Amino acid sequence: MNFEFLFNNFPELTITGLAFGAIYALIALGYTMVYGVLQLINFAHSEVFAYGTFAALWTVLALGGDAGVSSGRGIAILVAALVAAMLVSAAIALLLERVAYRPLLKRNAPRLIALISAIGASFVLAELLGLRDRVAGWFGLEESLSEYVSGARINRSMPTLLERKKLFSFFGYDVTVIDVIVIVAAIVMMFALDQFVRRSRLGRGIRATAQDAETAALMGVNSTRAVQVTFLLGGLMAGAAAFLYMLKIETTRFDVGFLLGVKAFTAAVLGGIGNLRGALLGGLVLGVAENWGSALLGSEWRDVVAFVLLVVILLFRPTGILGESLGKART
Amino acid sequence: MTRSTKRVRGIAALIATVGLTLSACGTTEDSGGGDGDSASGDGAACDLTLAFFGPQTGPAAGLGEPIINGAQLAIDEYNAEAECEVAYEQIDSQGSPDQAPSLATEAVGNDAIIGVVGPAFSGESAAAGPIFSEGGLPTISPSATNPALSENGWDTFHRALGNDATQGPAAAAYIRDTVAATSVFVIDDASEYGAGLAGIVEEELGDTVVDSDTIQTGQTDFSATATKVGSSDADTVFFGGYYAEAGLLVRQLRDSGFEGTFVVADGVKDPGYMDSARDAAEATVITCPCIPADDPAVAEFASAYEAEFGGAPGTYAAEAYDAAQIFLDGIAEGISTREDMLAFVNDYDEAGITKQLTFDETGEPADVHVYAYTVEGGEIVPDQEITS
Repeated sequence: MNFEFLFNNFPELTITGLAFGAIYALIALGYTMVYGVLQLINFAHSEVFAYGTFAALWTVLALGGDAGVSSGRGIAILVAALVAAMLVSAAIALLLERVAYRPLLKRNAPRLIALISAIGASFVLAELLGLRDRVAGWFGLEESLSEYVSGARINRSMPTLLERKKLFSFFGYDVTVIDVIVIVAAIVMMFALDQFVRRSRLGRGIRATAQDAETAALMGVNSTRAVQVTFLLGGLMAGAAAFLYMLKIETTRFDVGFLLGVKAFTAAVLGGIGNLRGALLGGLVLGVAENWGSALLGSEWRDVVAFVLLVVILLFRPTGILGESLGKART
Repeated sequence: MTRSTKRVRGIAALIATVGLTLSACGTTEDSGGGDGDSASGDGAACDLTLAFFGPQTGPAAGLGEPIINGAQLAIDEYNAEAECEVAYEQIDSQGSPDQAPSLATEAVGNDAIIGVVGPAFSGESAAAGPIFSEGGLPTISPSATNPALSENGWDTFHRALGNDATQGPAAAAYIRDTVAATSVFVIDDASEYGAGLAGIVEEELGDTVVDSDTIQTGQTDFSATATKVGSSDADTVFFGGYYAEAGLLVRQLRDSGFEGTFVVADGVKDPGYMDSARDAAEATVITCPCIPADDPAVAEFASAYEAEFGGAPGTYAAEAYDAAQIFLDGIAEGISTREDMLAFVNDYDEAGITKQLTFDETGEPADVHVYAYTVEGGEIVPDQEITS
């Protein structure tokens, strides 16, 4: 137990923990929204995130991003990467809804079947990414795309486009521009999503479907559309998370989604699954707790701390910290 | 009726998923040789197979490729002159200790296999070792360096390179003498290989080590570790682990302001490290009991390798060549049973291209060299042989 180290580096551990927690939170939104509407855990959501990281990586590589480019161009490339990541993630999320869920839900299949379908879809998507060199080979594009598809099963990284400038000092820790971007972006997106669900017409449809799908349908809510929008929003948030992840870690791999997916799911449950604000809180709490735990006990205890925290919170608050479902959220 | 059909469909889908997953992990056979002609020429044995055991796919596949190619080269050279060819089977363990036992059982069951070049990694060696030992199938690893592997009493175990008990002290000597470090931070990845190596370095360096930390394989965010390194004011970081984590780790250490020397071992000596670490990889020191490709001793091998595979030999390609060569010498002498092959390997004493190849009773090589490499301009270049 290294309390001295924890106290001496408390600000730094907290800020870097919040930054990673913000990424968990954005991914967690996807789990939480789908659960809120369909009472279903979308296990393939981790792959929605993974494809977003690759969209960001490939955009940067395609636009010739290099550590040496001017900061104006670098920022333009990063914005393009953000857009690409959000679009690709949203497309994958919609595809999942169309292929892996809608046919099952239409036939009123039990939830368990949809869960298995999601796990299968998750495997297919991840392995396709891990075999992307072979997939390119089918089309004879292996050579021309080698920059993008080579090393299909190992880490791929992008150059540093945004210098880690120190912005201000927070109790002795120099907060970098990346920390600020990640935390602020996550909170802003979260807030925008929350307002969308609470105030817009589509958001009302989503909440109505979450409360009672049949009654909502009788009231004229197109529930298929509501489910689609739910997946779309989850995908957009996962895409944003993927971009922020690439900004911070700069490296991705075909199975990057697995561990982050598990952690984000944990964050969603921690905050109260089905609750948007809970996902944000859960993500931030999880990120910070992991860092504190790593400092206190050693980095190998990181996951132990995260999951013990989950169990303890669920023991006292079985519905999570904010435990309230999407349907009950009112303006 | 409808209900049960649905259930059947669900189960079928599940089975299909599992089947797909499993079939992706099968073995790959290379039908490079094995002609039906069993007429034996000048006393050499026929219809035999050498196997490679290690990662052909998977997260550490980059480390498997040079080994596969190095052994391939030795076999090709043998086949070019021999009356009957030796076949080469590549057993893809993906470097995973979980898959190793069943694949090893399969290899032992294949009577044509007379020797195994591998297993490549320490973790899978530990998992597969008892099975090879029981099946009497001799193995020569060109790359597994965990010291404990030779202490299990497996008669079949051999390795063609120095273990971490020699690499660890060499890395420590380099940190102490060449880097002249005054405070060292030791990190390991909790793997059989990484933790063992880091432990030796920590012990050798004694009071110079200011702190240590353990990370997890697959982890991507090392901010807590970076904070620890930063607050310890260490001027050197030693990391025991593989290149996947090393690339991420060094990048985050540099980002957080660490400016000292980053020292790693052979598990990081792979182009994948520079791919993932990019600029942060510069000046990394890599120790390795593997001979540099530009060493005069392996010049002939290096040019043959380049002609065949279109690139300089990677890490452990020469060691794999040596390992395969030992088995091939045995086959050339007419050895056709595992029992005789094992006795032959145990008594072997010839000059290989990397070192004098002879094993003590535990399977350790008698002659060991450790070299230091550094990263310069995105390439791993030989620095010097470490003499302690």
